[in-house]
Amino acid sequence: MSKTVEHLDEVTVRFAGDSGDGMQLIGTQLSDTSGFAGNEVNTFPDYPSEIRAPEGTLYGVSAFQVHFGTKNIKTTGDFIDVLVAMNASSLKVNLQNLREHGIIIVNTGGFDEKNLKLAAYSSNPLENGSLEKYQVFAIDMFDEIKKELDGLNLNPKLVKRTKNIFALGIVYWMFDRPIEPSIAWINKKFKGKEDIVLANVKVLKAGWNFAEKNPVFKKQYQIKRASLEPGKYRNITGNQAVALGLVVASRKANIPLFLGSYPITPASEILHAISGYKKYGVKHLQAEDEIAGITSAIGAAFGGYLAATTTSGPGLSLKTEAIGLAIITELPLVIVNVQRAGPSTGLPTKPEQSDLLQAMYGRHGEAPMPVLAAASASDCFNMTVEAARLALKYMTPVILLTDGYIGQATEPWKIPGMEELPDLTPEFAKDPETFAPYKRDPDTLSRPWAIPGVQGLEHRIGGLEKADVTGHVSHDPMNHQRMVELRKEKIERIVNDIPELELTGDKEGDLLVLSWGSTYGAAKTAYDKLIDEGHKLSFAHLKYIHPFPKNLGEILFSFKRIFIPEMNMGQLKTIVQSTYLVPVIGMNKVQGKPFKAIEIEEKILELLNQKEP
Amino acid sequence: MKTILNDIIEKPHEGEIKYTPKDFKPDVDVRWCAGCGAYAVLSPVQRIMPELGIPKEKIVSVSGIGCSGRFPYYMETYGFHSIHGRALAIASGLKISRPDLSVWVATGDGDNMSIGGNHFIHTCRRNVDINIMMFNNEVYSLTKGQYSPTSHKGQITKSSPLGVLDDPFNPTSLALGAGATFVGRGHDKDRKLLQYLLDRAARHKGTSFLEIYTNCRIFNDGAFEEFTSKDTREETTIWLEDGKPLIFGKNKDKGIILDGYTPKVVPINNGSYSVDDLLVHNEKDSTLALILSDMSFNPELPRPMGIFQSLEKSPYDQRVEDQIEYEIKTKGEGNLEELLLGESFWEIK
Repeated sequence: MSKTVEHLDEVTVRFAGDSGDGMQLIGTQLSDTSGFAGNEVNTFPDYPSEIRAPEGTLYGVSAFQVHFGTKNIKTTGDFIDVLVAMNASSLKVNLQNLREHGIIIVNTGGFDEKNLKLAAYSSNPLENGSLEKYQVFAIDMFDEIKKELDGLNLNPKLVKRTKNIFALGIVYWMFDRPIEPSIAWINKKFKGKEDIVLANVKVLKAGWNFAEKNPVFKKQYQIKRASLEPGKYRNITGNQAVALGLVVASRKANIPLFLGSYPITPASEILHAISGYKKYGVKHLQAEDEIAGITSAIGAAFGGYLAATTTSGPGLSLKTEAIGLAIITELPLVIVNVQRAGPSTGLPTKPEQSDLLQAMYGRHGEAPMPVLAAASASDCFNMTVEAARLALKYMTPVILLTDGYIGQATEPWKIPGMEELPDLTPEFAKDPETFAPYKRDPDTLSRPWAIPGVQGLEHRIGGLEKADVTGHVSHDPMNHQRMVELRKEKIERIVNDIPELELTGDKEGDLLVLSWGSTYGAAKTAYDKLIDEGHKLSFAHLKYIHPFPKNLGEILFSFKRIFIPEMNMGQLKTIVQSTYLVPVIGMNKVQGKPFKAIEIEEKILELLNQKEP
Repeated sequence: MKTILNDIIEKPHEGEIKYTPKDFKPDVDVRWCAGCGAYAVLSPVQRIMPELGIPKEKIVSVSGIGCSGRFPYYMETYGFHSIHGRALAIASGLKISRPDLSVWVATGDGDNMSIGGNHFIHTCRRNVDINIMMFNNEVYSLTKGQYSPTSHKGQITKSSPLGVLDDPFNPTSLALGAGATFVGRGHDKDRKLLQYLLDRAARHKGTSFLEIYTNCRIFNDGAFEEFTSKDTREETTIWLEDGKPLIFGKNKDKGIILDGYTPKVVPINNGSYSVDDLLVHNEKDSTLALILSDMSFNPELPRPMGIFQSLEKSPYDQRVEDQIEYEIKTKGEGNLEELLLGESFWEIK
């Protein structure tokens, strides 16, 4: 029977199964393969907080969502087009987000009596008609695999474990993906384990062929290539991007990297990655606590390293006092906060943007410091390098805010050439004749970086207020006033060294959508859609929260209404309102989930409709 | 992997490395109270420095908060006066990143045993090559007189007007239990011995911990009088000497034997015990070190002074270097371009 082909601009596939079903693995494969096929891709892993949840349970469902298409793929997809469910629980948990008439591919082997009971189904949804409004492909995958691998005398456990690869084969057929990249990956991954390679490659092809030959599968979908800049690409998570950004920044600064960190969800992957970078000369300390994480980094900064500490909200709270020390000693330090839902332990695996006010103001004393925010997974790389640049140039700690969403989501990243990146080489103080610990650069106001080992520059720094220029301990009232003002002005002068805010759309008008951090994807997607539909509004995205870009005020004053969607109760809104005295309309989502583009779109439409009732 | 830091690390010292104690005294007034025990630590440190043969620019002293926190300002070397309790974590980051430096930490019983307790045990456990001098005055002095984790039960202080209820840490036992490779104790009334301890600590590879009894004249005057006064100390303390039997007393007429695992004082001049029966100190015996340290608060026994333990074990900072070297030796120096490409990449033409 002949198959029809339909063209789509974008599609969202979600693989769901037990923790041990390998959903993350095939999700990553579809994502890499789609990148290879020239699409824009955005993915998000969604796994249970339990480490090894009991099999078949509702709370043990692990999922991986892949959104790919021809253009504007900036979120992980609002709704699921294709749900691959390996058992009853994974169907139940994910069905609510499936698009109407969406496709369900189920493994019927995961719908036996026990599975149904664990999923709290009173009757089998595959048989009771409850899935009528969807296109359901029910396949006994294990049975098909057994047929395929029959006679090869393989370990039955291994055979059973290839179910995910069979499902991947079906999805590859459905979206006309090349299978070669995954075959190459299997060969590389299981090198030397011939039976595993053989089984997986055979099963991947079997999945493809099953769909190709089976008359139930009537339609194949094609997604055109995106028009991407030429270059080498890879998929990257925000956390990986931060790790690479730190290594690259240290190389561009021509000084070694030190990471002091303490494990915390969802930031630990940065520590994991960097702890493996020994052959790049990187040093790290998995410290005894968050405080030792940052203070060991401060010690390394005093020693002339590009020093960094990585954490999430509760950890940032613990580091607060030490950040003040880095501010008063004016040592360079990159602090990465992969935000999660708080307060306290909150929703430790779920994202939020609720540490903004803490990053801005959460310190005792007058303690201003640069605060940056990455917009997406790949932007985490750029902003990490940028954080390092500012830290080294202005001799200051810098906070980079990312969150659990972009920290773990992936998107294709155009791999930069080292020569494209700025030179960050700092200058160590060397001349005893001219040296004074707090003698500032007249332009940047940064003090010299005088590290132990330089003869004749022996001096003392510390948390006590120091006299301007000489750096001697000083309790002089006017000196403190001066030093507080100098530290403040130093940070404010950074405004001249960062890009102006980019405005998309009309330069003035009724409504400006202003996003920051990871809300970029959903906000920009909503904006683009509304512009396509002919609405009038403008868009800007903030990556520099402190200092704000020079032209932010001017832009704000050019619009009648400012709209800021954020994953908190209005923290950027508070800062913008108090800084510029303009009213801001907020939209606040604190559900441990990123915004859907449609949510922002609907809110904007509501605002646009209010204008002309 | 050479960076611009190597230019500084590898630059040889210009001129002869020859100092006098005066070279380590900066041009500032020392602001500890008159008669403070801390002076008695500063001066031997400045005395031993010229003998270590380390260029001044390679010496860093780090401190936390408390009276001891002022120490770096009084040393004409690099110095970092940090925040309460964190000196060891800062010093660890510094030493791990810069093994070429000689790192000294001045801390106190409050700074190191209380707010910085976690960093203390973990620094000892890792054996980072840092010299820790803990000024123990059994009281919080800079905050004007509250009890500390080494204050004794019943001690009257501003925050314990009716007497301290908790039992104190024995700092040397805590250090030994945490895995410190070098543990010693001295006091502010015997500079010569303190100088010996500091010199040994400086030459030790790995974490060295010295508990130094320092009298606080203002808030806890005379706390160690019975152990430090020339009139009584020969009877109340015992000097631990490697390879030597444990003898003490004004007339060298008493010694320590082990009764099971329990140390006991015995006379050695009345014919019932001889020197040969006595416990012989061995700095390499970590079980013995624990037993000796445990003598500290026993009123029946002399309080040990000297070096409890000195073990050879590779310092953490050295292990970090070794791991990097091994990785580079076996896998080659990391190629950053390859790292950026990752496991799988694709090209858009």
